[in-house]
Amino acid sequence: MEAQIESRRASTMEALLPPVVALLIAIVVGDLLILTFGQSPAAVYRLLLDGTWGNAYGIGQVLYKATTLTFTGLAVALGIRAGLFNIGGEGQLAAGGFVAALIGLAVPAATPAILAVLLCTIGAAAGGGLVGAVPGYLRARFGAHEVITTIMLNFVVLALLGWIVSAKIHVPESLHTPEIHAGSVMRLSDIMPVFHGSAANLTLLAALAAAAAVSWYLFRTRRGFELRAVGLQPDAAEYGGVDVAGVRWRALALSGALAGMGGINFVLGYKHYYEEGFATGAGFLGIAVALVGRNNPLGIVFAALLFATLSQGGLAVNALVPKQMVDVLQAVVILAVATAVPSVRHSIRASAKAVTRSLSPKASAGGAQ
Amino acid sequence: MTEPRLPDATAGAVAVRLDGIVKTFGETIANRGATLEVRRGEIHALVGENGAGKSTLMRILSGMYAPDAGTVEVAASDGQLRDVTGWQTAAAIDAGVGMVHQHFMLVPPLTVAENVVLGREPKRGLQVDRRSAEQSVTDLSARSGLVVPPGAKVADLSVGEAQRVEILKALYRGAKILILDEPTAVLSPPEVRQLWDVLRKLRADGGTIVLITHKLDEVMDVSDAITVMRGGQTVTRLRTSDTTPRDIARAMVGRDVALAVDAAGTSGRAPGTPNGAPLLELRNVRVDSPRRARVVDDVSLTVAAGEIVGIAGVEGNGQTELIEAIAGLTALAGGEIRIAGQDASTLTVRGRGDAGLSHVPEDRHRRGLVLDYSLADNLILGQQHHFTRAARLDSARIAEHARQRIAEFDIRPANPLLPARSLSGGNQQKIVIAREMGRDFTVLLAAQPTRGVDVGAIEFIHDRLRRARGEGKAVLLVSADLAEVLALSDRVAVMYGGRIVAVLPRSEASAETLGPFMTGAHGSPARVA
Repeated sequence: MEAQIESRRASTMEALLPPVVALLIAIVVGDLLILTFGQSPAAVYRLLLDGTWGNAYGIGQVLYKATTLTFTGLAVALGIRAGLFNIGGEGQLAAGGFVAALIGLAVPAATPAILAVLLCTIGAAAGGGLVGAVPGYLRARFGAHEVITTIMLNFVVLALLGWIVSAKIHVPESLHTPEIHAGSVMRLSDIMPVFHGSAANLTLLAALAAAAAVSWYLFRTRRGFELRAVGLQPDAAEYGGVDVAGVRWRALALSGALAGMGGINFVLGYKHYYEEGFATGAGFLGIAVALVGRNNPLGIVFAALLFATLSQGGLAVNALVPKQMVDVLQAVVILAVATAVPSVRHSIRASAKAVTRSLSPKASAGGAQ
Repeated sequence: MTEPRLPDATAGAVAVRLDGIVKTFGETIANRGATLEVRRGEIHALVGENGAGKSTLMRILSGMYAPDAGTVEVAASDGQLRDVTGWQTAAAIDAGVGMVHQHFMLVPPLTVAENVVLGREPKRGLQVDRRSAEQSVTDLSARSGLVVPPGAKVADLSVGEAQRVEILKALYRGAKILILDEPTAVLSPPEVRQLWDVLRKLRADGGTIVLITHKLDEVMDVSDAITVMRGGQTVTRLRTSDTTPRDIARAMVGRDVALAVDAAGTSGRAPGTPNGAPLLELRNVRVDSPRRARVVDDVSLTVAAGEIVGIAGVEGNGQTELIEAIAGLTALAGGEIRIAGQDASTLTVRGRGDAGLSHVPEDRHRRGLVLDYSLADNLILGQQHHFTRAARLDSARIAEHARQRIAEFDIRPANPLLPARSLSGGNQQKIVIAREMGRDFTVLLAAQPTRGVDVGAIEFIHDRLRRARGEGKAVLLVSADLAEVLALSDRVAVMYGGRIVAVLPRSEASAETLGPFMTGAHGSPARVA
């Protein structure tokens, strides 16, 4: 019992420590960068903090961005736990948002809010899940490596959605659909007026629930046990009677569904329509979030907050230094975590090996193995 | 701690001296003050259980690792010892120290000659001079007795031949001090005898050989002197002529042990029930691999209740594929498998497990364990569907199950939360044994059940296998260690080229009678490879 408490405390520390250390390293590098722009690091950081955690609007914006990143981070983490590198988050996120908007447009305006939100959310999960399931099927059936198929599918999905929106259902003079009839999610400012103007909405509760659900699924259920076994040692999982191809297929579909659910943050919670490029980069940033959060759902929530802070802070410091400086900081955070944390190094190396293996001609014979 | 006893003066001067070697990897201490002294012109056996630190010590000698403390001295050409602590592999090769690793370091698509000269190629202009490379290999072969066709591709060689290439490579680089890490694991008895002949020839030419092994019969066969390691330290040094296998085993383990060879010799074991019901039936089983058709070719074999059937054979003759096919890990290309009378040919792995099949896989690191999973989780691997409450895993039952198995099978350390990775090889294997034999089963596949485990654990595992037989289970044993097959089996089958080429009752089986079948010399079909 004591040992369990001990190990839980250790795993909380394990979730928190890397992002903190990475942030410290990033701050040092940031200092040097800021100095090269002839600015005072203290002033820039104060501005960055003031623009994010210094006022309710800033906090709201950080929470809004962190919500989407939590979903895409969870999506990547679930894949990595199954030994799969899903870099199709961009397309899955867009597809999720698009389907949510379609359902919001299809249901009558009188639909009870709860029902409409539920339908849109399920639609978002289904949309993202479908986009994730395609590479999942290709992997399970033909052994096509998901790194290739997921990233390529991004282009296909984004082009397809772009065409549908611009050719079929856009509001003239815009790149977005009409507003949904029902299914909008309450803004944080509706409850707490201080958040006025910020995009933060109750989708963030859904993100936290998703993190809890992923944690439960991975560490408490039989399916999670089998999924992690496939990720760590597919041969041992196969020996243990696990349907390895089936697990991979399901994991990618589930991963896509999580990324897709990120779409409701914008569509249901913020603008109430689907717009092309509504969350460009959030899918890819999910990879960084998962890395820094070490594929641990709690860690991912913190990592999402960190990256959301940096991304919102970039806007705030724009007056003193180019906002690209924050992109550099994000990159430094990723590099710091990737080099400093052994398990992250390990998982990167494992992914790299898997990709190399899948690209070598010999591997095709191994098929779904 | 026994004071290391120096062997009496021998013919040669000291060729290698390692003193007070300490080497740690993270939290693991591989060597803690190990010493080794090897004299020129001797075959020196370095023995010890798995994890005793033998390979690490030799990698320090060959320049792959730098020691944390201690000194390494190697005799220079003038015979004087020179301090070379912390040298690099290139320097070690220049000084004539060559190591043949357990896992070969060859480039399969290249030819034998190309592999041998790799890194030191004879050049003609900018090109590799292939003819002169092949000539050097032929010359070396003639001198050393290591015959391999120099123009053959390494990928097409047998494992025994590949090993000869490794040794040739070391000799080509001018090795005077040759280190061999567990060289016989992959060899048939006649190949082992050939290797001994080669080593004796090298010794006669003034070469010095360090042989890492844990097989005591090999030590007695070929070595002049012995260094025993235990727990990263040197326990004792002996002259082979003054000692017995029992003394060596005691030094390795630190207590008296029953040796497999004794059990085989005294035959003081209960014979299996000869007329038990057939529990495992293989009928014309055929397996195709992606690379080769008929890796298992028309195998029919029955294992009855209360019987251990051992499959002997050089590794790579279809044993692995046969076991995986029975376990359900590879699909059959033909034939039928029945478990306890039920047709299991198309059942999944899980279905076969539920039908009564247990499987100790040959590679516990790849198949048998999820190394990063806890002991408790590893103890339910393959049984996880029996430990659920709705969708959830029943953690209370898993913990209780772990507690019982750990106690019954004496797994150490007895902490169910530790990752399997952190346990010693012997205890890792006990996890697998505990999981597969601690549940209801009727048929057990035991593939290399004692590979890489220490002498104490071997004793324990053999005991459990015999006990399973006594309880009326059917056991199919595959082992590359002929002594183990002979010590445990009621019947011995020999696999060669994917076929069962002989089945002998234990009373007729011996290294002499089985050897010809293992090498395919007994009129069996030519190897498919």
